[in-house]
Amino acid sequence: MTTTRRLPAWIIAVTGMVYFFLHAPMLVLVIFSFNDSKFSTEWSGFTLHWYTRLLERDDILVALQRSLLVGGASTVISTVLGTLLAMGLARHRLTARTVLEGLVYVPVVTPEIVCGISLLLLFVAMGIPLGTGTIILAHVAFNISYVTVVVRARLEGMDQSLEEAAMILGADEWTTFWRVTVPQLWPGILSGALLAFTMSFDDFVITSLVSGPGTATLPIVVYGMVRKNIEPSINAISTIVLVVTTTLIYVSDRLTRSPKPS
Amino acid sequence: MRVRRSIFRVINRRESWAGWSQVAPTLLFLVVFFIVPLAMMFGSSWMARGTYGGIEWRFTAEHYVRFADPLYLSILARTLAWSLGATLFCLLVGYPVAWTLANAGRWKNVLVFLVIVPLWTSYLVRTFAMIFLMRDSGLINTLLLKTGLIQEPLELLYTPGAVMAGLVYGFLPFMVLPIYTSLEKLDPTLLEAAEVLGARPAARFWKVIWPLSLPGVAAGSLLTFIPALGSYLTSDLLGGAKQMMIGNLVQNQFTTARNWPFGAAASFVVMSGVLVAVTLYLRMRDKAPGGGL
Repeated sequence: MTTTRRLPAWIIAVTGMVYFFLHAPMLVLVIFSFNDSKFSTEWSGFTLHWYTRLLERDDILVALQRSLLVGGASTVISTVLGTLLAMGLARHRLTARTVLEGLVYVPVVTPEIVCGISLLLLFVAMGIPLGTGTIILAHVAFNISYVTVVVRARLEGMDQSLEEAAMILGADEWTTFWRVTVPQLWPGILSGALLAFTMSFDDFVITSLVSGPGTATLPIVVYGMVRKNIEPSINAISTIVLVVTTTLIYVSDRLTRSPKPS
Repeated sequence: MRVRRSIFRVINRRESWAGWSQVAPTLLFLVVFFIVPLAMMFGSSWMARGTYGGIEWRFTAEHYVRFADPLYLSILARTLAWSLGATLFCLLVGYPVAWTLANAGRWKNVLVFLVIVPLWTSYLVRTFAMIFLMRDSGLINTLLLKTGLIQEPLELLYTPGAVMAGLVYGFLPFMVLPIYTSLEKLDPTLLEAAEVLGARPAARFWKVIWPLSLPGVAAGSLLTFIPALGSYLTSDLLGGAKQMMIGNLVQNQFTTARNWPFGAAASFVVMSGVLVAVTLYLRMRDKAPGGGL
């Protein structure tokens, strides 16, 4: 529907309340991250104190580094694997296709806690020590499907005749892939990668189950801070996380929306 | 003609080989790190608990029988009631929002973006935002005390209401977006036709809009129900020990209680709930006039 219809007042009212409910809590957190008071719900002046304090905490900085490492590694691996799967599913007639499609959706519908404990069982049974390696493996496992879904959506919208033309003109599968498909596909790949990174960077439940001693990522440190209650530094971290996530999603959104960057 | 056909035959034959070589590494990874672990979980739920935690290789059904215990039955019932309740509530308030989005004209992009942002913002951070508002010294109580509406802080946190608010807050975007997608595909001429033919607003909704939005409603309900059913953080941080959901039971068995087989059985109970939900979804999708999303 492209035309703007007149919306009944009650629908606008419900929508307004929902948007308020969805965004007011985070806005409050952001505002109070600049509050110059230990008792964080009384406003007593502006400060950047809670942000500078973050830089003094080694555990947070170390955890941030580990989160970036885990996010980067798992994003690269899951983007490569997820894109390959999307290509195979979208461009080839494979036997047992329905089974393969079903397999892609298993990680999407499996609750995090179930995914986490089943991986824990696997790692323990195989004798793999828990640590940064197992966190990366776990993140790849839950990210692949999301990358596949995003990249595949882009592939379905692409003109396949260019690839066919390249093949008929004598390019082999590999050349066609790198010189014809990838250049058209890259916004999809990049937006899949951004989503993968965001999910990896945010994950707490699965990470907490497959991480070993001394390999905490940022969400695990934040969880500890939330649990122990309560200093306004969490508000500051939350604000940073919110800003970073919103930026990544905005970029990803632009990439998927514009069909061709000409 | 013959040349063309033979070229296509060559391409097709190569395709199936190339196709498998493309999907094989990923499939292998998914099987090893997703399917095998799930199978191991299922298997170990039928094994006995080892003396020092861990698993002993002896078949038993005791972990499933244990769910007949009133304590665990109440956790099951609570989890189911809250997940269904949150899904239903999300549907009730999410549908009007989706309708607004589908008819928002030039504001559409901004409004859709504002629904996507919370979805990708750290759920842990968002849950903390709820704590920040609801705890005894939180913003809501501070404001109410200051205005003199209450003398004592209200007990908001660690109540069923807090968990419910957390579930809706966390998963509402999952409901709104699929419904919005199917409402956006709705052909406005259908509504005009219904109007011209004399259908009142209620009839236009129930006879035209609602049936055509069913694929979105089904997808949204599935995407809201599944994370609610398996939710762990929400009840952990907003509900406290009294408001345990099955996700907390699973986590508890794998950490403090160290009864892994029972934890595996509990997570398989979650998975069977997921399986039922997915089956219902697929049925509903196939029946819906608009087809799948």
